[in-house]
Amino acid sequence: MGWNQNLRSKSRMDGSRRTAVQIILLSLTVCAMVWGVYRGEMPIVLNKAVNVCLECIGLG
Amino acid sequence: MFVWNVLDWGNYMKFSQEMKRKIIQIAAFGYSNTYLHNFANGQLYKGQWKQFCNPGLNCYSCPAARLSCPIGAMQAVSGSVNFNISFYAMGFILAAGVLFGRAICGFVCPFGLIQELLYKVPFPKRKLWKGFTYIKYILLVLFVLIFPAACTNELGMGAPAFCEYICPAGTLEGGIPLLAAHPELRKTIGTLFSLKACILIATLAGCLAVCRFFCKVMCPLGAIYGILNKISVYHMEADKDNCISCGKCRDICPMDVNPVENPGSAECIRCGKCAANCPEQVLFLRFRHR
Repeated sequence: MGWNQNLRSKSRMDGSRRTAVQIILLSLTVCAMVWGVYRGEMPIVLNKAVNVCLECIGLG
Repeated sequence: MFVWNVLDWGNYMKFSQEMKRKIIQIAAFGYSNTYLHNFANGQLYKGQWKQFCNPGLNCYSCPAARLSCPIGAMQAVSGSVNFNISFYAMGFILAAGVLFGRAICGFVCPFGLIQELLYKVPFPKRKLWKGFTYIKYILLVLFVLIFPAACTNELGMGAPAFCEYICPAGTLEGGIPLLAAHPELRKTIGTLFSLKACILIATLAGCLAVCRFFCKVMCPLGAIYGILNKISVYHMEADKDNCISCGKCRDICPMDVNPVENPGSAECIRCGKCAANCPEQVLFLRFRHR
């Protein structure tokens, strides 16, 4: 509303750069998750989470 | 007719931003801790949901917990025999952070809701010295990333150092309920539990005096989301040209942030109190960049 033309174009430039960083990071994180699942990390998490973790509650 | 009534009720009821946030927080708390009946028998939920991470901090040793704590999951994998780093948990945390930043702390973290309720208890309120907010980054690097992978036993397994030595959420949500339900576990109480109980008491006292004390000072998950606040899809924008510098946003902020000066602050939990109270409406929380 009160933004002048220069600020608006600068903001658009920042916005597109920001969007590019977001897309790259999201792609990398999705790849990391898929790689983690593929190499079998989920069963380790499940095994830890379904048993009482004595260290986590201060008894281990 | 029924649909019209519901829509009409929705239009009629004007929920404030804070009320909407509270509803989301309670719903997220309920979804994260579905199995409340487990508190009575001291059992943990053992279903398949436990292999998925909760975006907020919620101990997986809590009897009611449906999902896994992402910080616990990260340490469990990095401390295992075969792996030194958890791509699954790290990828999940980073993806959630890129999408929402610390809005996760403000909207869906169960321990965040507990802290906000504690802060409502009448108690002398204090402002936190800003230097303390850097402690969480030290805890993240040392206790979450380095120690579980580096300090291993003869089998090559590392302990979940943050959970073991620091996490007051684990003591509160997991330790105390399980000790209450299992008398045989009480025999194993030693120095470690005493240390963790002291940390829990100090944290709870801190939460009575300082809003979201744990989030500000100790939370490694908040530290990661905070770093991603600057580039997250859900973000805050400030129209500085139209700001009249009344300071209302700074005064109302529970995280002691000046949102006009620093809308991407690592401490901002995107609660929206500043935007809702701005008389000139120069603060915006949105997904798309203007």
